Amino acid sequence: MYWFRRGWAELRNEIFVLPSRTLVLIWVVALLALPFVYGDPYVMRILTMTCIFAVFAASWDLLAGYTGQVNFGHALFFGAGAYTSALLSLKLGLSPWLTVFAGAAVALLFGFLVGYLCLRLRGSYLSLATLAFPLIALGLLFAFPDFSGGELGVSGLRRLVLTPTANYYIAAISMLFIVFGLWLLADSKFGIVLHAIRDDEVAARASGINTPRYKMTVFAIAGAAAGFAGALFAHYLRVAGPSALEVALSFQVVIWGIFGGVATIYGPVAAVFILYPLTEWLGSIPGVGELRLLIFAVIVLLVLLFMPRGLTPWVRDKIETQCPRCKQRNGVWRKVCRLCGAALQAQVAGTQRLVGHQ
Amino acid sequence: MLQDILVTGLVNGGVYALLAIGFSLIFGVARIVNIAHTAFYMLAAYCFYTLLTKTGLGFLLSGLISVGAVTLFSVICYRLVIEPVREHEAAVLIATIALALVFQELMLYAFGGHFLGIPSTLEGSVRFLGVSIPYQRLLILVVAGASLALVWFVLYRTRLGLAIRATANDLEVANLMGMNVHRVAMATVAISVALAAVAGVVVAPVFVVDPFMWLAPLVTMLAIVVLGGLGSMKGSLIGALIIGYVEAITVFAVPAGAYLKGAVALLIMVIVLLARPEGLFGVAFEEER
Repeated sequence: MYWFRRGWAELRNEIFVLPSRTLVLIWVVALLALPFVYGDPYVMRILTMTCIFAVFAASWDLLAGYTGQVNFGHALFFGAGAYTSALLSLKLGLSPWLTVFAGAAVALLFGFLVGYLCLRLRGSYLSLATLAFPLIALGLLFAFPDFSGGELGVSGLRRLVLTPTANYYIAAISMLFIVFGLWLLADSKFGIVLHAIRDDEVAARASGINTPRYKMTVFAIAGAAAGFAGALFAHYLRVAGPSALEVALSFQVVIWGIFGGVATIYGPVAAVFILYPLTEWLGSIPGVGELRLLIFAVIVLLVLLFMPRGLTPWVRDKIETQCPRCKQRNGVWRKVCRLCGAALQAQVAGTQRLVGHQ
Repeated sequence: MLQDILVTGLVNGGVYALLAIGFSLIFGVARIVNIAHTAFYMLAAYCFYTLLTKTGLGFLLSGLISVGAVTLFSVICYRLVIEPVREHEAAVLIATIALALVFQELMLYAFGGHFLGIPSTLEGSVRFLGVSIPYQRLLILVVAGASLALVWFVLYRTRLGLAIRATANDLEVANLMGMNVHRVAMATVAISVALAAVAGVVVAPVFVVDPFMWLAPLVTMLAIVVLGGLGSMKGSLIGALIIGYVEAITVFAVPAGAYLKGAVALLIMVIVLLARPEGLFGVAFEEER
């Protein structure tokens, strides 16, 4: 009974005071409870893919949003994870449970490699150079079709588990772990260093931060998370094909990330959860199906015109305000700050948030 | 084979130079990474195709109308979509990606996904150094050379060109000196897209026209621009020739070269970047240290 009351108090004081935290809680509960309420295999399938892409988008955000290394070739890590786990489980007959982690490990190595190569590049040079890496990999795959399956890819993989619901839970739970892990990481001291690197790398180095090591670590972490998503994707669809390395996928993750709002982690995840099911739903309507990418692009353009910083920062500014004195967030209905008691209404109009989190 | 390599490299290099210089120009002046650049090239090719096969206008007239229409359209797109979000770099980036997707899907819907062939504008060929060059490819080379000369003239011999170069050098100071930087940016968009449209019109009879034809040149163009140094015209021209020749050599001299040509071109870019992170002729921008 004590623990129950303690838990309830925590819930009320820490989560229900902020609408954004309440929304996150509702989202987590809904994700975990959905199969009990509505276990339609088609819905399960779409949500499984959504969860996998959410991991992918969140890992891009750690790299591009927080560290400012706007990666145009994030599909490299996704494809590396997919192809590694597919080839290992097919050629060596390893269990999918092992090869998923092997895929993540290889993607981590690729992350180190790309990070090392890109250490001296910055800004647009980095973006455009990283675009090259998945295409180099794609060219190599096409040049050795005996090994990689060429255009058709590596097919005939086993799934991790058999039923749609179990697959959904694997994707959803690993997604929750990775996304919350990345979020914790981004909010820690490590994440603050990443902000510093993005805003002024020279100043960060002058403050005694080993920026090359940090950048390579971030590339490796983002690579590992994206590779894990790729490996899950390959085992879920039971095929690792060239589409996992294409420019379209790299651009897709950039769209998700910026649409949701960069440097937030939850922004890209929210964007994936809105945009991916939306495109699938549009695709299923007869007559509209072939127009779905067009509608998708138009929606992205229109949303951007009204919310140039992305969806989640805009929504957050509508439902929460920042205390002018202690910089803590408060629900928009409050007159005084919930922590320091400063009046909220007077200075809210001019408040500009500099970074996307806290 | 050597002659083949020489000619193919020169022709492809000319097309790439048209694309890369336009992209480089708009990046230098307005700091826009315009992913939709080659999508305009695709639009021009489709426009040329439609005018040529449906209306029966002559080659020259349909080509000129296509270039004009696409240029006008690009300025409208710039005003409606890019200008409102100019302060947000990330938003500009995905706005251009979304724009390219919109064009691709519209063309897919209007013309279908299959390849469309355009009859050759000029028949016959000329023999030069023992290799026969079709007039069509010669035309590409001539048009590319003429357009580049025209752009050079505009940039270095007119007041507008002076304003463009000044804005590329330092936007704020150019603004303080009384140049209307918004109008300069718009003029730059027009020039850069016009170059892409010219490229689209001249290659349409040689390559096939399909809604996805913007992706492959996009990647090559980005590689060239990075290789030569972002915002540098000279770098883009030399980078285009380098990549054009590297691709030609890979296709003609390496087994399975057609698959590898993109990879080899990109590998060259990565190697150059490792040795010289600002590209061959990179210019230092004011915000970089």
